Amino acid sequence: MSITKKDVLHAAELARLELTAEEQDLYTEQLSRILNYVEKLSELDTKGVAPTTYTVPLKTVMRADEAKPSLSHGEALSNAPDSDKDCFKVPKIIE
Amino acid sequence: MDLNSLTIHVLSEKLSKKEVSSVEATKAYLERIGAVDARIKAFLIVTADNALRQAEEADKRRAQNNNVTPLTGVPVSVKDIFCTKGIRTTCASKILEGFVPPYDSTVVARLKEAGAVILGKNNMDEFAMGSSTENSAFQKTANPWALDRVPGGSSGGSAASVAALECAASVGTDTGGSIRQPAALCGVVGFKPTYGRVSRFGMLAFASSLDQAGPFTRDTRDSAIMLRTLAGFDPRDSTSIDAPVPDYLSEMEKGVKGLRIGIPKEYFIEGMDAEVESSVREALKILEKEGAVLVPITLPHTEYAVAVYYLVATAEASSNLARYDGVKYGLRVNESGNLLDMYKKTRDRGFGGEVKRRIMLGTYSLSAGYYDAYYKKASEVRTLIKNDFEAAFKDCDVIVTPTSPTPAFRFGEKVADPLTMYLSDIFTISCNLAGIPGISIPCGFTKDNLPIGLQILGKSLDEATVLRAARAYERASGASLKAPAL
Repeated sequence: MSITKKDVLHAAELARLELTAEEQDLYTEQLSRILNYVEKLSELDTKGVAPTTYTVPLKTVMRADEAKPSLSHGEALSNAPDSDKDCFKVPKIIE
Repeated sequence: MDLNSLTIHVLSEKLSKKEVSSVEATKAYLERIGAVDARIKAFLIVTADNALRQAEEADKRRAQNNNVTPLTGVPVSVKDIFCTKGIRTTCASKILEGFVPPYDSTVVARLKEAGAVILGKNNMDEFAMGSSTENSAFQKTANPWALDRVPGGSSGGSAASVAALECAASVGTDTGGSIRQPAALCGVVGFKPTYGRVSRFGMLAFASSLDQAGPFTRDTRDSAIMLRTLAGFDPRDSTSIDAPVPDYLSEMEKGVKGLRIGIPKEYFIEGMDAEVESSVREALKILEKEGAVLVPITLPHTEYAVAVYYLVATAEASSNLARYDGVKYGLRVNESGNLLDMYKKTRDRGFGGEVKRRIMLGTYSLSAGYYDAYYKKASEVRTLIKNDFEAAFKDCDVIVTPTSPTPAFRFGEKVADPLTMYLSDIFTISCNLAGIPGISIPCGFTKDNLPIGLQILGKSLDEATVLRAARAYERASGASLKAPAL
């Protein structure tokens, strides 16, 4: 199936990507080709087949509720583009 | 004797006999990097001072016979996807250009505990997305066997650094072939263990259900030594498998007499390079002569693997890479003072083309109305692929195939067409989807002197048998270690 530029713009919005006009055209064409290719999966009847999301059995891992050494605030904030006291600082969200 | 041309097991023996010191070996490697890396560009950062300090420590450790392992004092490198405390970690992306992790990944911590010397961090495709290392935001790595060709990817810097004798071993990651394909293209050994064997803690995530770390080495015994150090349960990775790690080094010498080797007809396809095919067939004859039994098998859903992979991997990537938003670390582009605008501009400038393409594909296929047709369907077909292997392994102990349909290709050859690039992973992807272990070992050269790789796949958690088959071939083929002329 082919996708339209409108689909590409919608996905870009969801993915928080700002695309140039050139990228919009390029991705519309390339994603269409890739989606055409993956269309071959519809040849297979998968009724009743359970999906595999992980190849190992997943279970919620619990541990005793004991304090263990962890990063200090300073270390955790050491890569922040902007910070204030013990917080990550971002542009104003609520007007 | 060039110290930088020795395998780990030979260097380790010389270190233990005090014939050489780790400082000497480390200096030899740093000199080699200085001499050739301007042409190879396998390293994004060389940590010479740290390496020499670690080498001195290792020499002390050996002198005091204090907790010595085969890796104590051995100079290695790691792909720039592993967090290294205090040392820049970029994933070859502009979005992480200034990122200095405050902690070590488990892979790096285990190497340090074993006393290995870490020379630096290897180039890669940005966020491990690619098959040629051309997607690095910083530099292109050359194939040491032909400087106008790619080293493969995404762990191209790791493979090239081992092939060019710039380190004794490297650790890379493999999501759809990113260890095995570059190993094949650069003529070294690359091993992707069972999913969950090696901890993913501190390893930057691409596709969490597929990503797995593993070693690049010059021979199979070195691979066993590295895997023994890297493998094992880690409580900090919820998908880490709690299973004993065998002594691969002694297990692997047992030979292949009676071992059943499955040959899947779907992996010997039209369009495959003729020299690759004849080398692999030759390797099978050698294994048969060693006593292995060749068994024709079928993996009927092979042709769907690439499609499944590019839906599953991109869906997971679109979610994993949502964290790069300019808030907690990495690049921030804030021109308007508007939060949404900051997210978009940061991600637009920070990510390269292939990363954006995959985020877009993953976001689209997960979006409302398409989830069932794409992600869910792909996950169901993934089950069929996994079942194919389970059925095949009733009739055989390992499966042998080519690693890559072609030898190393030229720079730029596949860049324009993402789908052609994706298809270069056609023989390696199924292994990740099924979560099983797979190794690529050198099995000869084309007439143009380009390396060819042989892939051996094994049952889940049965790395020992994979190594046994690999070692038997290596021994019987008499493939002496060859290094590229640089």
